[in-house]
This record gives sequence, C-alpha cells and structure tokens, in this order.
Amino acid sequence: MQVNDTQFKPLIVAFCCNWCSYAGADLAGTNRLNYPADVKIIRVPCSCRVNPMFILRAFQRGADGVILCGCHPGDCHYTSGNYFTRRRMTLLFSMLDFMGIEKERTRVEWVSAAEGAKFAKTMNEFVEAVTKLGENKRLEDLRCKK
Amino acid sequence: MHRIGVFVCHCGTNIAATVDVKAVAEEMGRQPNVVFAADYPYMCSEAGQNLVQDTIREQRLTGVVVCSCSPRMHEATFRKAAAKAGLNPYMVEIANIREQCSWIHKDKVSGTEKAMILARAAVAKVQLNAPLTPGTSPVTKRALVIGGGIAGIQTALDIADAGFDVDIVEKQPTIGGKMTQIDKTFPTLDCASCILTPKMVDCAQNEKIHIYAFSEVESVSGFVGNFSVKIRKKARFVDASKCTGCGECVEKCPMKKVPNEFNMGLDNRKAIYIPFAQAVPKVATIDPNYCLMLKNGKCGMCSKVCGANAIDYKQQDEIIEEKYGAIVAATGYNPINIDKFDEFAYHQSPDVITSLELERLMNAAGPSNGTLVRPSYLNKQDDHNAHPKKIVFVQCVGSRSTCSEKGAKEYCSKICCMYTAKHAMLIRDKYPDTEVYVFYIDVRTPGKLFDEFYRRAVEQYGVHYIKGMVGKVAPKADGTLDVQASDLISNEQLHINADLVVLATSIEPDKTARSLATMLTASMDTNDFFTEAHPKLRPVESPTAGVFLSGVCQGPKDIPETVTQAGAAAAKVIGLLAKDKLVGNPCIAHSDELMCNGCSSCEKVCPYGAISYEDKEFRQPDRTVAIRRVASVNPAVCQGCGACTVACPSGAMDLYGFSNNQIMAEVDAICR
Repeated sequence: MQVNDTQFKPLIVAFCCNWCSYAGADLAGTNRLNYPADVKIIRVPCSCRVNPMFILRAFQRGADGVILCGCHPGDCHYTSGNYFTRRRMTLLFSMLDFMGIEKERTRVEWVSAAEGAKFAKTMNEFVEAVTKLGENKRLEDLRCKK
Repeated sequence: MHRIGVFVCHCGTNIAATVDVKAVAEEMGRQPNVVFAADYPYMCSEAGQNLVQDTIREQRLTGVVVCSCSPRMHEATFRKAAAKAGLNPYMVEIANIREQCSWIHKDKVSGTEKAMILARAAVAKVQLNAPLTPGTSPVTKRALVIGGGIAGIQTALDIADAGFDVDIVEKQPTIGGKMTQIDKTFPTLDCASCILTPKMVDCAQNEKIHIYAFSEVESVSGFVGNFSVKIRKKARFVDASKCTGCGECVEKCPMKKVPNEFNMGLDNRKAIYIPFAQAVPKVATIDPNYCLMLKNGKCGMCSKVCGANAIDYKQQDEIIEEKYGAIVAATGYNPINIDKFDEFAYHQSPDVITSLELERLMNAAGPSNGTLVRPSYLNKQDDHNAHPKKIVFVQCVGSRSTCSEKGAKEYCSKICCMYTAKHAMLIRDKYPDTEVYVFYIDVRTPGKLFDEFYRRAVEQYGVHYIKGMVGKVAPKADGTLDVQASDLISNEQLHINADLVVLATSIEPDKTARSLATMLTASMDTNDFFTEAHPKLRPVESPTAGVFLSGVCQGPKDIPETVTQAGAAAAKVIGLLAKDKLVGNPCIAHSDELMCNGCSSCEKVCPYGAISYEDKEFRQPDRTVAIRRVASVNPAVCQGCGACTVACPSGAMDLYGFSNNQIMAEVDAICR
C-alpha cells in the first residue's frame, strides 16, 4: 500500500532529559515556536536513563522515529551521563540501520535549557526527515512467534 | 486495583484555546482504572488544589494525573496538595499539555489528540508509580576547608562565626597563602599583610577553628553530611606543641644555602625555617632535603640550642581521621611555569622576573628590604647601577594564548592588568626618575574603582602603555636588556633598553587540585579549575553534594572576589550544617539483590561512587545458603541519573520514579 506523503503523520517519540532538553522543549513552548504535534515527549532524568529496550519497544509498537535529547557534552547535570548515551546510541542506531530501520529515523541531539529555538528546529527537521521516509516497519518480538 | 483521578487544566485560555479540555477529560474518564476526570479553569489556584484534595479523599484515589503546564512549573505544587490529602506525593504525574502541546500547536484537532495521548501516557505511568519516601541522613556538624589562603581563611572564619567547628588543612608550614607574598593590594593600595595577618591570627585564636598546617588530604570517603577524611600531617621534625617560634634554631642553623620559596628564590633561607615573621602557626620546620643532621647524621645544632626541647629528628608523618559534614575546596593557584617561554630570556638574565618576584622585591620584608633593585645587584645594592631606570612590563605572558605546548592558557588570568597597573604606579610614585613601559594586548579593568585606578597610572603617573606584544628580550653585554616589541597602534617596531623586565605570568590552579577533585568526585574543567554546580545560579557549590568551592580554584579572581566567594561558600556550608537531617531525593537507583550478579558494571558508570558491593547470604532452592556479592546503592549519594540501570546486564538496577516499567508503559501508551 502506497502511503500518501501529504497525509502521512509520523509517530515520533522524543526522550528528553529533565535538566536541559525538557527545559529546552518548555522554552520552545513559552516562545510559541511551532513544531508538529507528531512529536510526543517522554521525560527522563538523564539521557543515559534511556535503555535501548525503550527504543526497540517504540519501534515494536509502531513508532516511525525516535529522538533522544540531552545536555551538551560536558554540560550533563550528572557530569557524564550524555557520554554514555552517545556511545550506547551509536551502537544501537547502527544495529537498527542494519536491521532495516533507516538511520534517519533515529537521532541523538544535544539541546540545552536555553535552546528553545534549537529544540523546535530539530523537531521540525526530524519530523520532515521521517515523513519523507514514510511509514516504518514494525519490529517484531521474535520470542512471541511460534 | 488503582483508582486514578485525572484533572485537566484550562490555564485560562492558554490550554483551552488549542486543546478541547472537556473532550480530553471525557476521554480520560473512559480509560481503565480512571474513576474521576474533570476539567477546571486554573488547577494551580487554591480552588483547583482543593478540588484535587477533595477528590482524593472522596474517591479514595490511589493516583493523580494533572494535565497542565510543565512539571518543572507545578509538579511540586500538586505533590504538596496530594500529600495534604493523605496521598503519597510521588503518586502524582503531570501531563505537560501547555508548553509541549497547546503553546506550540495551532490546530485544535491535532492539539486535542496529542493532549489525550500525553494524558494517557501519564495515566499509564502513574499506575506503576510506587509511594516513595525520601531518605534522611544525619549531618556531622563540622566542616573541612582545604587550603589556608585568604579564601580558606575567610570561609573558615565565617563558618566558625556561625558556631560550627571547622578545620583548615594547609600544605605549607603556615596558612596565609599567596596573599602573604603580595606587597600592596589594588585598587586601594593597602598593605596585604596588614589586612591578612590579623585574619590569620583570628584563625589561630578562634576555638572553633583547628589548623592542620603542613598537612595534606590523603583520602576522602562518604557523602554529604557524612564525609570521612584522612589527613596526613607531614613530619616537621619539630614538635609543634613545644615550639615557641623563638627562632633561635633558625639563627644558629649552619645550612644557609636553601632557596627561599617565600621570596621566590631571590634569597636563601636556612634548613630549619619559619617562612616569615607572622607565620601561623609560628612553628619552625626542618627541610629534610637540606638538613645536615637528617641527611648525614651530623650537626644537631638546632636541637642543642632549642630551649623548649622541640626538635625531634625521628618524627614521622601522622595520619589523622576526622568526620565532616561539608568540605570546601580552597586550593588556590600558582603562577605558571615559564621555562618554555624562551623569548623572554627568563633563565638567561636574573633581571627578567615574574610579577610575584617583583612583589617580593618591593616588600619591606623581602630580600632587598623594600628597595627596588635589579636582582643582579641584590648583593651590591649601593652600586649606582643597582636601581633600575627603565622597566618594561609584559602582560599576558601565557594568558589568552593557544600555545598550550608551552604551558600557556587560553583563558584570561584576570588579575594581571590590575596588578601591573599597581606595580607601575607604585614604582613611579617611589622612584619618579624611573621610566615604566607596559606592553598589553588589552587592558581589562572591570571592577569597582578599577578603571579609575588604571587611568591614574596612565594620566597621573605617566606610565607608558603600549598596545602590542614583546617578541624578544635579549640580554646585552652591558647587563641591560634589549626589549624588542611592536607598537600595534603606530605600527612600529620598538627597541627598549631596559634594566628590568617584569612578566605578568598567567595563573593556573594548584597542582594538588586534580588529585583532590578525584578524591572528592568533584568535576573539573579542561584547565583544572573546579566546575560549579551551575555557572550562574549555584556558583559556589560543586556538582557533588556537600562539596563547596572558594577562591581561585574555581576560576581566576582577585582578592575582593575571592573573599566574596569565600563568604558565599561559608553561607552554603552553614546552611547545610544547620540541618539536623538531610532529606534526599527518593527517585534513586536500587538493585534487586536476587537478580544482581555482582558484575560491577553499574559501579563503573556511576559518576558519584554511590554503588558499593557487599557479600550477602542467600537461601538456595536446595536449602543451602550461598554467599553472593551484590550491589547496594547508597541513597544519600545517588543522584538518580539512571546510568547504572542501563549498564546493568541482568536488569537488576532500576530507578524509582522512572522505572523501566513506567517508561515502557509511557512508550506503549504513546505508540498505540
């Protein structure tokens, strides 16, 4: 089935760290900077709290794109959390790409609490990129298959 | 069975204009386990909070979801409201439908739809919330100040003034730090010792303050309110409790050729020494690298002349263990090593000196008794050439430079412009026949009465300020120095035949700061300055709870700023020590002992050192008892980042408030 690009609404899950990116998203709101309603934010204490399992679960349940936002390198509220994120996600995203989930559907972005504009811009770009790719394949939990 | 109440806020029209709040409330009312759903114009108002509280009581709610503004705004408000109604405050979740929905979307249909999804995610999450109680830990009412310079002294005095015990650990034989070496202070030109030494004496006499001089911190363990610190009291070879500081031993010591670090090596001291007359504690110290008795076993002169019988050649380092509630780092700075700055001929000519050496040369207690002489004439001060006629100051030596291979720093050392203006002014005031040139990149004088001070040096005292850098200093056969420089404004090459060149060297954090930061698990920037918890809003706290920052160890600053920061750090310490118990953040990691296999993955990623391992007994299915090593999280230290939860290969680590199941439930609720 061909998906019509003009009608396709991607489902985007955004994990935002409490200290920088979630505050950056709030600032985007305070400044009334528009980005598509397709983005749904989940608050986590630190980007390093995001278990790769959460991302796999999102793709399993029909997410079209997953984005992780954290503090800029060196600015992590917990000193080093975002460095762990960077390493873990590099591995996970290349594995997902290998499995057929294009690397444009996954992203790590550093957004500080002062960067409302960057948050909105990032989300606009990401939604556009995912929309272009169209509907995602669903990951299947092979354990459930007989 | 859960009984969830959902409260949807209009926020006037802030939310209601783009989100159909009634539809959201109705939709939420249809969700499983939701027993109550309503909308209200302002949930955060008193009436709104009363609605929440009344509903909790009437409907016997086990969880509350408020669909409103950001949790960063009113999470605390609604948690308090829930607690008042008898519900655990951590059974409240906020769906952010203002900042992250109504304010950024214009279309009411998609806005409403998104608000419903966000609310659904919060409902899904709150059902997996667990009632949490913040842990408490006691506070040891004693503070440790590491570093006994003006920063440490001021911090200690302020803490002691509030009635708390405080210990100062200073690695030098006396407290006082760099300020003791400075002659006059800008912009008031008061004498540094005259304002510092009374404070040093206050420290010594204050019964709340204990000074560990000639000591270093050996190890730090524990956490905020409960630090345990080992302090190494280095052997002075003098019994500090007996020594009266009379100086008889110093007088008689035959070993005279020890470079005097207090005078920047410009003169010599004895092998047994008291750094300077006003030292606190005024106790002699034997330098084991030079003492003939300690090196060869021959001499013993000091022991013979000491009336107090204080000399103890067999003294050993002593380790003291003490408990503290708070630690203040006040480790200060040093001028950088300029060995690699060959262009200034620092090692070729004794008449090229650093600014701190000039301070000693101009100080009445210095090697020349306060007469400004060229160091090459230090021993023949009566010579008519001894007094310098032309002095060149070079600013930014090693500051604001990218030559990191030479040891230069990219930052501005902040104090050099002002102290160079001070030096120039003092010299022109005392020796009006001396010509003074200052080469600068920029003159930076922000601060109260600072620019006026610099202008006075230029306009009133006729100091020649030249914008440009010195390229080379070449010693000449007649003993003068050929200073080759460029004047960037007139675009000319200059040669100045100077008698004395003074280098305003960059300052850097003390070398011990790095190892101390590791012990304290406090973070540092790339220049080895301690980082503050927030550069603007928490400037005297380190990100590690219970560790505070005072003085130049946090960044270059002058004496007034250092004293200000020292007072601020003391206020923070007092605020901490005044508490009987510390209430922690309950959203912390915890380990399932049955799943943990003690692999240490979590410990390796923990930035706070909050995870330790203990051997525990477990009853096996066959009724035998096995001992396994399992992780345990110290709730007072854990800050709840969650790094360990992802690192754990067996899934034993989880985070209260943001558990795996909770976040999974949110993901599921959104992706449906």
